[in-house]
Amino acid sequence: MNVLEFSLVVWGGSMLAGFLGALTGLGGGVVLVPMLTVLLGVDIRYAIGASLVSVIATSSGAAAAYVKEGFSNIRVGMFLEIATTLGALAGATLATHVSASAIATIFGCVLIGSAYVSRKPRSKEEREAPPDPLATKLRLNGGFPEDGAIREYNVRQVPAGWGLMFVAGTLSGLLGIGSGAMKVLAMDRAMKIPFKVSTTTSNFMIGVTAAASAGLYFARGYIDPGLSMPVMLGVLGGSFLGTRVLVKAETKWLRRVFALVIVVLGIEMLYQGLAGKI
Amino acid sequence: MGGLLRAGVLGSAVVVFVGAIIFLAGNARSPANYRVFKGEPADLRTVGGVLRDGIALRGTGIMQLGLLLLIATPVARVAFSIFGFLKERDHLYAAVAAIVFVILLYSLFFS
Repeated sequence: MNVLEFSLVVWGGSMLAGFLGALTGLGGGVVLVPMLTVLLGVDIRYAIGASLVSVIATSSGAAAAYVKEGFSNIRVGMFLEIATTLGALAGATLATHVSASAIATIFGCVLIGSAYVSRKPRSKEEREAPPDPLATKLRLNGGFPEDGAIREYNVRQVPAGWGLMFVAGTLSGLLGIGSGAMKVLAMDRAMKIPFKVSTTTSNFMIGVTAAASAGLYFARGYIDPGLSMPVMLGVLGGSFLGTRVLVKAETKWLRRVFALVIVVLGIEMLYQGLAGKI
Repeated sequence: MGGLLRAGVLGSAVVVFVGAIIFLAGNARSPANYRVFKGEPADLRTVGGVLRDGIALRGTGIMQLGLLLLIATPVARVAFSIFGFLKERDHLYAAVAAIVFVILLYSLFFS
């Protein structure tokens, strides 16, 4: 394949990755890394560099639209981001001491289990939970547009959410991923935040977490411009489109797409962990 | 703030696109080989090197410059939100955002 053909294929795949990423709060790595390594024979290190670019592009591409639409909760994102960036630092430091394969295997199992748990919408009691004092004190509660009105929500279990975000950040630093899946799960399952708010807030957060790792990978020479260029351009376009769809989409369909994507990601992680490829 | 972010993202995309045109004009028919990891040459791994290559109008340099700009967008977002919170007189979250910004700077420059 010549450079032009290669670039066009990568660009197409990246549009899909960005589109799915904007819908699900993930970084697009699920689609991108297997496409690059398995389908196109790209070395895993170049793929990781490109994946990092795709996470930032998904985040920034989606953000260009969400900020106006009023879905993502900046306070929740910023507050939890302290945990993720600290975790990323811890993960990067631990990387030399811990078996990444073992971590990937466990992460894979967690994801598959979570896919099963998160495919169903919340019960009525859970939706109408009373306000949590800590969340109220930290002004984390919010609202988002739904059916022409603003639907308000309360945030629960703040310490648990913070702890899970720290773990998500550590996984990011260890494995070089965006950990969007875990961020969405933590906000959706533990903190009882509405799904569309969780995914859009995750989109905001993954970019910040990825930027923390990006400097390191850039200096190590993992980011190749010829490869990352079609990734960036494709993902930006895809995630911008994905945002448009998310605003109009029914949450139950978004949940199903999310569950499917994380099952695939979980299997991928399990395989790479067990095969010792990470 | 949203407008500034959009401009930044769009700007980085334009830079990458321009670099892509130059790069593809010279390399479209060369074989694409990413099977073997060689790591990027020094001039594409440092900010100084990228700037030099960009000014010299090398396709790879310009693309890498655009990628650096993209990487800077989330960092800029956090910085802008500090001011956004200050403007709303939300001192608690201005501090929260500032903490995240400091952690980011530390991880980008000191690890």
